[in-house]
This record gives sequence, C-alpha cells and structure tokens, in this order.
Amino acid sequence: MQLGLASGMGLSDAKALCPDLLTRSADQYADDRFLKLLARWADRYCPWVGFDGNDGLLLDVTGSTHFFSSEAELLADIHDRLQSYQLNVRSGLAGTIGGAWAVSHFGRGVVPNGQLKAALGPLPAAALRLDEATCATLQRLGLRTIGDLLVTPRATLGRRFGLPLMRRIDQAFGDQPEQINAMAPDISYAARLNFPDPIGLYDDVMAALERLLQRICDKLKGQEMGTRVLLMTCQRVDQASVQVELRLARSMREGMTILPLFERSVGELDAGFGIDQIRLEALAVEALPLKQLETGNAQSKKNDVLSDLITRLGSRIGLEKIKRFQPADSHIPERSFIVSPAAYCEPEGQWKEQNLRPLQLFSPELVEGHEKKPPNVFSWRRMRFSVAAATGPERICPEWWLDDPNWRSGVRDYWRVETEQGRRLWMFFTPLNPAWFVQGEFA
Amino acid sequence: MYVRMSKRVYENNVLDMFSLLRDNRAVMAEFKSFFPLQVSRVHEVCGAGATAFAAMACGQADMRVLWLQTGWQIEQLNPAGLAAFMSPKNLVLVEVENHNDLLACTEDGLRSGAVDLVISVATQKLDLTAGRRLQLAAEQGGSTGILIIPEGAGSNATQTRWHCSPIFKGNHISDKNLTLQHWQLIKNKIGTLSGWKVYWDAKAHRVIVVSEDGQ
Repeated sequence: MQLGLASGMGLSDAKALCPDLLTRSADQYADDRFLKLLARWADRYCPWVGFDGNDGLLLDVTGSTHFFSSEAELLADIHDRLQSYQLNVRSGLAGTIGGAWAVSHFGRGVVPNGQLKAALGPLPAAALRLDEATCATLQRLGLRTIGDLLVTPRATLGRRFGLPLMRRIDQAFGDQPEQINAMAPDISYAARLNFPDPIGLYDDVMAALERLLQRICDKLKGQEMGTRVLLMTCQRVDQASVQVELRLARSMREGMTILPLFERSVGELDAGFGIDQIRLEALAVEALPLKQLETGNAQSKKNDVLSDLITRLGSRIGLEKIKRFQPADSHIPERSFIVSPAAYCEPEGQWKEQNLRPLQLFSPELVEGHEKKPPNVFSWRRMRFSVAAATGPERICPEWWLDDPNWRSGVRDYWRVETEQGRRLWMFFTPLNPAWFVQGEFA
Repeated sequence: MYVRMSKRVYENNVLDMFSLLRDNRAVMAEFKSFFPLQVSRVHEVCGAGATAFAAMACGQADMRVLWLQTGWQIEQLNPAGLAAFMSPKNLVLVEVENHNDLLACTEDGLRSGAVDLVISVATQKLDLTAGRRLQLAAEQGGSTGILIIPEGAGSNATQTRWHCSPIFKGNHISDKNLTLQHWQLIKNKIGTLSGWKVYWDAKAHRVIVVSEDGQ
C-alpha cells in the first residue's frame, strides 16, 4: 500500500514498484466459496446477511444489537472472533447501507443515530461508491469530501453528474431506500435417528423409517415443497454404511404413500451386525404447492397410482427404463416418435393420421432381389415367402439436414407386402443401391 | 400406387366377407364370451400374430396399458402403427434386462391395479410358480394380463392361451387394409376350445369375426 500498489494494477507495473513482490494467481471460485461460508457464519449476528460485491458482507443488524448490549460491542465481537480466525477485516456500522459502506472503507467504528452527516462529511467523495471517472472529475472540480458535495446546490450537481451521483448521496443519507439482498436460508430436508441398541429386523427399520419420513414430510409440507429423491443411509455397527436411494416418479410429501415404496429396497438391505443410526435425506426438492382436495376425480387418483407404480418399478430396474412414446415431426419411420422417461414427461401430443405403419419395427434386414418391383419369392429369417400382393411404393427421402448413417443408401421406396403365408411385411427398396430390405411387420 | 395380385387361389381363404357377416350373430356372441378377455386373469398368446392380438386387446376399450419387454429385443413396438389400435398416450413402456425382472415387474404392474392391461413379452418358458404368482397378482389388482410367449413356453396356470397367426385374405377381396387373422383358443380353463378368423375394424375399434373354425 505504502509503495503505491492498488488492486486492478497490471502485474508489470506492480513489479516495477515492488521488485520482490510475491504473486499468486487469483482463485475467484475459492474466494466466493469462502465468502459464502463467512456469510453463513455471520448468521449468528442477524438473519439478514447479503453480499457486497465479491469482497464484502452486508448485515442488517436492526433489532439484534441488544444481544451484545450495544452496537459498538457487536462490532468488537465480530472483530474479536474474526481475529481469532486470523482474518483482518474492516467494518463500519451506520443507519444506512451507504453510510456503513463509507465508514467501513474510509473510516472506522459506529456512527450514532442522527450524526450521519457529521460522520460522513470529512470522508472523501469516493466513499459514496462512485465509479473512478466521477471521482476523478469531482477531484478536479475541488469537491474532495462528501461535505463539499453536500454544500454544493443539488441542481448544479445533478446537471453536471446526472442521476447516479444524486442517488448515491441520497442512499448514503437515507433519503432513498436501499435493500440488502439477503441469502436465501439454506434448509436441509434431512432427519437422523440414533438407536441405543443396534437394530436389524425389517419391521424395526421400517418403523424407524416411518418416523424419519414423518419429520421430513412435515418440514416439506411447511415449506410447500415435495421431494423426488430420498436417500437413506444406515450406519452399521461395523463402521460400514449402506445407502438406499429411492427415486420417485412424481414429487411427493406424503409419508404414508412413500413408506411402502421403500419396502423392496429395505428388504434387500444387508444389516450386518446391526444398524445403529439411520439418516434420511430428501435430495431433490422442488416446489409442490398445496392443492385443493379433489373428491370424485378418478382421473387424478389414477394418475397418482400410476406414478407410484412407476416409482416401484423404477426402484427395481431404474427410473429411466420406464418410458412413454411422444410424437415427433418426421417422415422417417424410426424418428416419427420419441421415447422419453415416463417419470419426467406427461402423456401428451397429437398422433397424426399417417399412412399405414407397421405395428413392429426392427432394423432393416436384407433379403434377395434387385428389381424395382417386389420379388416374387424371397426368404427372410429362414422362412420362405411368396408375395401375394404388394402395395406401394411410398417414397421416403432421408432428411438431408441430419446425417443418419442408416439412411446413407439414399431414398427408399416402401411397400406393404402381403405374403401367401399370411404375414404382412413392410419392405423397402433402395433405388440408388438396388437392394430389398424388410423393416417392419403389420398387424 | 401399384397393386399386384398373384394368380393363385386359396380355397381355405375364399371368404365372401359380406355374405358371411350377415349370419354371423351367433358366432360373434360366442366369440364375445372369450375375447374381451376375462379381467383379473392372466392370458397367454403365442404365434406370429401375437403382438397384433395384444394390440387389438388394448384397442377394444380406452385402456391404460403397461407394456413390458426386454430392451435387447429386435422387434420394437412402433407407436405410429399402434395408433391404429389405441392412443399411444395411454401406454407406458418398460424395458427390462432379463426374464426375472420382466416377471417381477409384470407382477408389480398387475398387483398395483394402476393400469387396466399389462402386456409382457416373455422370451423364456414360464414355470408353474411364476404363472400362478402372476395369476394371484392379477386377481388382487383387478388388472388383466397378457403374456406374449414363444410357442409352447406357457405355464399351466394361465386362464386362456391363444395361438394367433396372420392369414392371407384371398385375392378377390379388394379392401387393401384388411388384415385377416386366425385366432385359435388352444387352452381354456373354463370352457371349450375353438378358433376364429377375425379382422380389426379400425373405425369401429372392434374385432370383427368373419367365421368360426369348422363351419
């Protein structure tokens, strides 16, 4: 500082001023993380803690200073505690955010009520949180301190510097309101149960789970939230821990409905020599507003039952294996629909009237024949077929904007082929590379 | 469009649809006692037309369907083709990895009662225990189960077993989209066995019987 170093300076300039300067690259993420930690720590002084840029905290201590007998005591307590963590901080306390900022950056201590003007008067104009250009201009005009600005007529200042400066002055003296953007409270939806003696029976674990679920669900209900993923961690006597994850097909907060969904995984749980602690945590939590109770609406009830079934199946084979069809806008048969996980999509979309399509699709299987018209006889899957009737062609072109390796053979002429053996196949001919394929079977 | 018909004529398939449909009431009535399949029971179906049978069973009413199959299977359900029978919206597809998972998921699906119809494409033989478990689950949940099985791989616990095969309709029938099927009831716990020639009427959403075997 004494050598003239300042933040934002070029490295070579700084080296020129101070040749044996120790440098280390900045880690913005670590700084942010640390500031967040500090903000959580500052919760002990007041519930409203916000950030000031990326290097400061703002605390609204209104109504909480009496716990420390006075405002000065509170500041001293903050300093003492941070000192013990080996942190050097600057602080200031005033009636407004602007005032506190000015005092913390350019002064020290507490500004008593009603003495804001007197306290801020001698501080430099930069204490008003102004940008550098404005500060330089003010400096050039001889308006060095806040007191100088206050005695200058507002109209003149407003005309010369515009709204930003006037707003900063008003904010510093409380003529314009300013709020702290407090951090959202960090609510964790977790509950834990310790047992005096280790447990290992299925019924005991389920009973413990019921109590834990009750606690979490009450909390979720209070916050109007629902959960989609629940994680149960069992600490065993032999220091090992087993985890059971339950992924739900819809967000829920009804303990009595969730409990049966745990049955299968708890049944498979290896309790070893016993479990002495169970911790249940709701991992994925999302807003689930309270709903009017519906009576006689069978549809929504059926939907819930189906979601529970999807959850139950999902706990066995994985939630992403349970799918729903959704229509897609494409002429290509295998891309005319999307298959998406049923837990994360709604049954919707309009299925358009199309040309007749086969009930079953498979990847194209080569059969003999190079003619433009369907072969009279061909063998497919070790079966011999003779063609009785064929309807077509229906030409489908590849989508040139998508490079699909399956469609590199160019356009396809699709035929509905009825065989004398009974089976009705969907075959196509590729005119560019003459060959016949079977791709589907009709009902 | 280009239509080509072969010259050969098949005696067993010579069906004059419309004359047959006229005196078809009695056949239809008997068929109806079997085909909208008995609920709360598990039925089995095999043969080349088994998937079509399942699709038609779905299409008979506005049903919620759980369709289970193994993910590695070559033949995959095509929703665009299924749309002729039922709305693909009402279908939930479950892809399992092995036979045991398939049976377990089928049982869960039947027991929950969340869907009206559970269709499961089995690739291995079912033993009596598995068949009976599924039957009990269906009774408890009130859903109907259809197991699509390889030929001869059914279990003795099934309520009915059907053998379905598509048949060529004959050259003189001009309706190009008409797809004739031959359904044989090859096992029935509570009645006689029989067979029918049927087709799917997409407009009426009904299975129409053309003739009964032996007539």
